[in-house]
This record gives sequence, structure tokens and C-alpha cells, in this order.
Amino acid sequence: MINKVVANADEAIRDITDNVTLMLGGFGLSGIPENCIQALLRKGVKGLTCISNNAGVDDFGIGLLLKTRQVKKMISSYVGENAEFERQLLSGELEVDLIPQGTLAERIRAGGAGIPAFFTPAGYGTEVAEGKEVREFHGKMYLMEHWLRADFSLVKAWKGDTAGNLVFRGTSRNFNPMMAAAGKVTIAEVEELVPLGELDPNLVHTPGIYVQRIFEGKNYEKRIEQRTITKI
Amino acid sequence: MLDKNGIAKRIAKEVKDGMYINLGIGIPTLVANYIPDNLNVVLQSENGLLGIGPFPTEDKVDPDLINAGKQTITMMPGSALFSSAESFAMIRGGHIHLTILGAMEVSENGDIANWKVPGKMVKGMGGAMDLVASANNIIVAMQHCSKDGASKLLPTCTLPITGIKCVKKIVTDLAVLDVLPQGGFKLLERAPGVSVEQIKNATAGKLLIEGEIPEMSI
Repeated sequence: MINKVVANADEAIRDITDNVTLMLGGFGLSGIPENCIQALLRKGVKGLTCISNNAGVDDFGIGLLLKTRQVKKMISSYVGENAEFERQLLSGELEVDLIPQGTLAERIRAGGAGIPAFFTPAGYGTEVAEGKEVREFHGKMYLMEHWLRADFSLVKAWKGDTAGNLVFRGTSRNFNPMMAAAGKVTIAEVEELVPLGELDPNLVHTPGIYVQRIFEGKNYEKRIEQRTITKI
Repeated sequence: MLDKNGIAKRIAKEVKDGMYINLGIGIPTLVANYIPDNLNVVLQSENGLLGIGPFPTEDKVDPDLINAGKQTITMMPGSALFSSAESFAMIRGGHIHLTILGAMEVSENGDIANWKVPGKMVKGMGGAMDLVASANNIIVAMQHCSKDGASKLLPTCTLPITGIKCVKKIVTDLAVLDVLPQGGFKLLERAPGVSVEQIKNATAGKLLIEGEIPEMSI
């Protein structure tokens, strides 16, 4: 097996430069590559195009990279919880491309799967359809959407092995598996890095073929955006 | 007149045994509280879960388990977890039996607007456009009129739309209405204490009233 292990996030992102396109896994703050985001902050690379369902919050997740003005463009489906984001958007410092969530997920999946375009009903008849090819299939109208690919994909898993096989936990899987496949270089950070043979092959979610570098992350905060509890 | 919980309670009566259901954020989320215990239904969270359970107790809070509104949740026995791509494949593939959404406006031909208000910060559509473009059975939960008293049931939407000709039924604080395939809101039920006249006055789009309109039982 090919050994893909690197020491830490700084080594993993060593060749990420200014103006590249990144995919960052996660839904809200769940399943985000916390260690890689910290390493990007330390490295200070700028002009990034970030493909991620959300844009973090003011002081966590991609919000940290927005604060340091490292992000040129966000490609997301929902960006609601971030005041600095709003300020940069309104002042024109930040470009934003908003995409229906299912279309975003499928465009990324298509990128990894070698499907350059596909048709989806989402957004037909709305402003999302502007400039897009429309075609009728079986009496229903669909929009053509193109794949998305990235220079680097930064994903976060629960467990991974040295061959890059990944297992996710709970709803922190979200966009991570498709992004792993859609990156030219995919960097996986995991809570627990295990030796070969430890993961049950029946239960691997993302096969190691999609992962070029893997490391065990440190000090996961795993912040919760909307802590909602049942009182008893 | 119904409060938010009343609207949720009335919508819960549309739930049938064996349904897979997607509940949107806001009033739709409250519907889960009123689904009768004897019905076996599965709630989908579009980030990647079938089988949403109640909110956790303090000791069961798990940052790796959230719903589409980013709230902490639990899983029911028999749940399944998957990616967001698979989740929307389920939605587009027509496997979800019932979708309940909030709205800012609905037009008499079933168009829905619920994602963007010109002049206000645009936060994004999230999964709403995928849901409305794909679901066969969409019920909208909303107030009949906006805070300034303007009808939200219109001849055509004035706000940027989320999807066209997709809403089948609307439950508001005043009434239950079907959106007819040929266009128009058909009044089915009145909320307790609300007159047909009140509903007429609050509905800007074409309203069809046939015979006696019963008061809803919730």
C-alpha cells in the first residue's frame, strides 16, 4: 500500500499557493477541516476561491480566512451566519456564487466522477437558470449544470488509515466524500489515524484512491452552531 | 386564528403512515412535535440523515449530529447516514413523500418565493430550490399575511422565486387551501374563529369558495 501519511497540517498544505481553488468539506461547522484552516491562516495564502456549502461563522471555520482577507471568492449554497462575510460582500471585496445545495453537491460529485455536465430541475424558472441551457425531458424542464473540480480538496473524517481510506461519523460526512474525489490533490485530516488493516473494508466510506495526503489532526474544537436540547 | 404551533398541528394531520418526510426550517420543524405516535414515518435531514429523532438531552449533545438548521439532534433506531450528494439524489429522485416548507409568498399557480428579498443580505437558497423542483407533494406553512398586513397568497410572486408550479397545499394562521392545477387557491377549511370574509380579504390571488367551508379540527 502507498503510504500517504504526512506529519501535520502545515506539511499537508505546503504547496497550496495564492489564487488556487479549494474545496473545504463540512456542513455548518460540522465536519470542517479545522487543522487545515489553521494552517492556511499561518501560511497566509491569498486570493483563494473556496468551494464549501457554508462560509463558517465570524470566529471559526472559513470565517477565520475571511477575516484575514485570504478569500477572493466563495462558492456556496448558504452563507447566513457571518457578519464579516456580509460586510465584504456588500463592499464588493468578496465575490460570491450561490448555488442550490443539491446542485452544489452533484456538481462536486460529477467533478470527481468525470461527468462534465448534467441536467437538474433545481432552479428552473428562477434567476439561477439565467444563461444556462434548458432542456425538456419527459415533459419536465431541466437546467444544464457543469462539474466542479478543485486544485486541492481539504476534507475531514473521523477515522482514516495510512492508505487514505476514510470513515465518517454522523452527519459530519456531508460534502466530504464528493470533495475528496473532486480534488486534484486531496488532503484528509482525521481524528484518529489507524494502521492498515484496522478499518473494516466493508465499512469504508471513501476509498483511499481519492486521498493523496492524510494526517491525524489535533485539538478538535468541533463547535456547535445551534445547541438545541430537550429539557427533562 | 392559529399560532405557529397550531399551523404545525394542522399540517401534522396530512402525515400518513409510512411516509418519508423533509421538514424545512421554522414552523415546518415544529410539525415533528405533533405527528401521532402510532404513525411510522421517517424524517430526512438533507445534510445526510434519514431518521431524525428528538433534540438531545444535555449529556447526549453530539457535534457530529446536526440537522439542516444546524441544530443538535438525535437519531431514531433504524436511521441511515449518507453524503449530501446521496441526500439530494433521494430528493430529486422523488423518494421523499412529503415536503413541508415555509414561504414568503405563494402565487395562485403554485410558484413559491422563500429565499431572497431584494435590498436585504442574500444568504443563499440552501436546499430549497432542489426540494421544490423535485417534490411531488409540497405543503407550505406560513402566515396568511406579512407583518405589515399584505397578503402572501398572490396572483404572481413579487419576490424572486424559488420554484415554479410546485406548491400543492397551504396551511396558514387563517385557512387550509389547495393550489389547483389550473390555478387558484381553493379554500378547504377555516381556522377556529375565522370567517370566510376574513380569508377573502386576506387573499390577493384568485380564491375559490365552494359551498360551506368547515372550521378545521385540530
